[in-house]
Amino acid sequence: MFAAFDNFPALLIWLPLAGGLISFFLKSEKASKLNALFFSVLTLAVLSVSLLYTDPKHYLLNQVSYVWLPNLGSSFGLILDGLTRLLCLLTAILFPLVFLMIPEGRYENANRFYGLMLLTQCGLLGVFMATDALVFYLFWELALIPVYFLSSIWGGEKRIRATFKFFIYTFLGSLFLLIGILYMYLKTSTGSFGLVAFYNAQLTLTEQYVVFFLFFIAFAIKMPIFPLHTWQPEAYEQAPTPVTMILSGVMVKMGLFGLLRWLLPLFPKAVQEFSLPIIVVIIFGVLYASVLALKQDNIKRLIAYSSIAHIGLMAAGAFTVKEVAMHGLTLQLFSHGINIVAFWMVADLIERQTGVSKISELGGIARKAPQLAIFFVIAAFANIALPLTNAFVGEFMIFNGLYQYNPWIAGAAGLSIILAAAYTLSLVKNTFFGEPAAAVASYKDIRPKESFVFATLTVLIFFVGIFPSPFFKLIYETVGLIVNRYVII
Amino acid sequence: MNAIIISALWGVLMMYIGFVDKNNKITVGFAVVGVLAVLIGNWLEYLGVPFFNINTNGMLIYERFGLMFNNVILFCTLLYFILTGETIAKTTSSSSDHFALIFFILAGASVIAGFKSLLMLFIGIEIVSIPLYVLAGSDKSNLKSNEAALKYFLMGSFSTGLMLMGIAFLYGDAGTFYIEPMQMGLAVLSPMKSIGIILLLASMSFKVSAAPFHFWTPDVYDGTPTVFTSFMATVVKSIAFFAFLKLFDGAFGKFQQDWKLLVAILAAATLIIGNLTAVFQQSVKRMLSYSSIAQAGFMLLGVYTLNSFAKQGMILYFAAYSIATIGIFAVLAQFKDHSIEEFNGLSKKHPLVSLSLLISLLSLAGIPLTAGFFGKYYMLLAVLKDGEMLWLAILAILCAAISIYYYFRVIQAIYFKPPAEGASVQFSNRFTYLLLLNSLLLIVLGIHPDWLTTLL
Repeated sequence: MFAAFDNFPALLIWLPLAGGLISFFLKSEKASKLNALFFSVLTLAVLSVSLLYTDPKHYLLNQVSYVWLPNLGSSFGLILDGLTRLLCLLTAILFPLVFLMIPEGRYENANRFYGLMLLTQCGLLGVFMATDALVFYLFWELALIPVYFLSSIWGGEKRIRATFKFFIYTFLGSLFLLIGILYMYLKTSTGSFGLVAFYNAQLTLTEQYVVFFLFFIAFAIKMPIFPLHTWQPEAYEQAPTPVTMILSGVMVKMGLFGLLRWLLPLFPKAVQEFSLPIIVVIIFGVLYASVLALKQDNIKRLIAYSSIAHIGLMAAGAFTVKEVAMHGLTLQLFSHGINIVAFWMVADLIERQTGVSKISELGGIARKAPQLAIFFVIAAFANIALPLTNAFVGEFMIFNGLYQYNPWIAGAAGLSIILAAAYTLSLVKNTFFGEPAAAVASYKDIRPKESFVFATLTVLIFFVGIFPSPFFKLIYETVGLIVNRYVII
Repeated sequence: MNAIIISALWGVLMMYIGFVDKNNKITVGFAVVGVLAVLIGNWLEYLGVPFFNINTNGMLIYERFGLMFNNVILFCTLLYFILTGETIAKTTSSSSDHFALIFFILAGASVIAGFKSLLMLFIGIEIVSIPLYVLAGSDKSNLKSNEAALKYFLMGSFSTGLMLMGIAFLYGDAGTFYIEPMQMGLAVLSPMKSIGIILLLASMSFKVSAAPFHFWTPDVYDGTPTVFTSFMATVVKSIAFFAFLKLFDGAFGKFQQDWKLLVAILAAATLIIGNLTAVFQQSVKRMLSYSSIAQAGFMLLGVYTLNSFAKQGMILYFAAYSIATIGIFAVLAQFKDHSIEEFNGLSKKHPLVSLSLLISLLSLAGIPLTAGFFGKYYMLLAVLKDGEMLWLAILAILCAAISIYYYFRVIQAIYFKPPAEGASVQFSNRFTYLLLLNSLLLIVLGIHPDWLTTLL
């Protein structure tokens, strides 16, 4: 099982795992940070190289299947295809940036902190690459365990309670997923957990409906979508900020990814049957979260609710199964990850310097820190999906698909754009402009290290916004496969 | 047959060791060697090398499944001796007698592993139970221990009475004690046979502490000295479960449709009551008692389905549950009282012991990459394969989610709470590494459950 390293998926799993395990044995904080940076950059490098080998003739490099539990019908199968590549790229880009932003001396026992972070990365990459349902499930859970410890040890005041709620919620969801997976397994003709065997499984209509909901609950909790979202704001608020970034930037994408890879292709009939009520509930949740975001006085909570709204929109796009929406949402998976992490970084910088996270106690930071202000305004524009920013491309296409599906729903969902502009711009105005508040009297602008991180994110925001075609090329085939399963019926 | 004879003989030898070895220098070592000998003997029989050929008139026939079960039981006992043996020698008087009693229990287990006649089942259950009454009351100066022994004895005798009555009815119906002829003839239940089956169901439910026959369990487990609770809650429970499974598969398998719903209801009740009550416990020892009821609910799913997934899964479940619980009890036995606060901040002082506890607790909770996950996996798969009652699988996972609450409370205490002032426990290096090895077994079985399940 450890024999082959001559392919990308295996490397992408073992590198963060090795880095994480090494980290537990390091003594000093500096060494563990360097170790984490080294392994995360190496992962990014491997992934970048893999982008040069997307051609089908290199398939041996991009997929792997180790013998694992032949008696149970499971093999340790991983694949790098278009969709997977995009999400792995997001993961691989964000981790080094998050590591860079962690100030020294902030977390006790830093070696464990970095170690658990790298293990999380391993779990996330595994979820995205798994082609075997049992392996998918294992990674799905394994990504959760380190996050549980990270949040419970290094989080805020009410961390233990908030994280516990988060854990039980998602664990319950996973168990539903497990039942669904086992059910599918028994329905495959060969008794296998492989993705292909699942795709070919024959289910009666009733069975499809039942298993659809088993899968859906798990993914809905993870995303999260209304009304299963109640764990999220508290968990985001209480987790240490680097963990929140990973949670909101990458981890919630696990749910959406689950929709794209498993739910939509497996249960086309059930999706068509239930898509309307589900989309209606989701859009209601989007508006509900947007209104709540307007009311928040805590920056972190505001970002959390804004995230629920954006994720909801993507989920609604997925359930339309219109090709344009699918393309848009897949790109948006990437863009949203970049944008929300940019938001958290600014929020974290402000809180670290002023010790305040209430919007009403802040104001006028722009005068003290013009560079930070410029960056924050760019991130805010991306959050509202202004043209030229990355989110515009994706959200525009999602709305296009929603309109094709049902103009009324698209109209209702359109309200969320206005609300997003309202809460984002008022956040910018109340924190960065106006007279400097007492809390920001001695505010210092960003340092070169932070400028580097922010510059990278800005480049990504505009690059995707202006020139998205390489990304579409990457995902074209995978999305086509999903949509094609709906053409036949 | 190997295991019965070796363990009975070693039990007798064990009693004499008490005269020779007044200071408990070699007692533990002697016990470990003994259980190792029994294990090897049994394993050889499993590989097809029986030492003894005794004609039992077909009352005891050893098949692969029974021998494999015995292997697992003996292996868990070995772990139990290695991890808890020192504590037994330290905390109880005349410890060699207690070790001897455990060997007699193993002899009973070996009878159960191969019974083909209801008489042998009865004898096996009694050989297992009677030494346990003594172990429960072994802390003579402690009122709770005395209470536990009495309660266990009364309840145990009562359930044995039910069993005998059930056997009498079955004999009246079939005219034989052998279990295989009971499956012959039409698949129609006569009234006598139905009464017999219900009586046996009730008495076996007593033995495996399935709700609503579970009331004795928390008090008995709590009152019994912790070192012996460990054995009662793991090995003995697995023995009872195996008897349950074998009896209902071997004797009543043909009438499964008639008793299936009853077992499903028992399983559902056990899952709900065990998990919900465990949530409210303040003492870790009591929590583990209820957790053992909750886990019994999961194992009952195996009895309910009786398919090949269930049989593989039961063996794996015995191993996973026993190894994890033995590890936790081995630590718990070294604490003075058993409140959850005692675990506060353990990770600061004893990182390796904490890591082992963590793995054991995760395994009990059924987190992937631990053996416990695959135990639950097989049980759920068996229920789904059976295909009749999806609601039972849903109920089982809801209960599994509840179980996270009480297992993780201990994890929270160990890792997230500041350490308490004052008294601290010391663990010897040897114990720490052995415990770590114990929990590594859980990881190995969690990655490769097929190494165990394909041995069947």
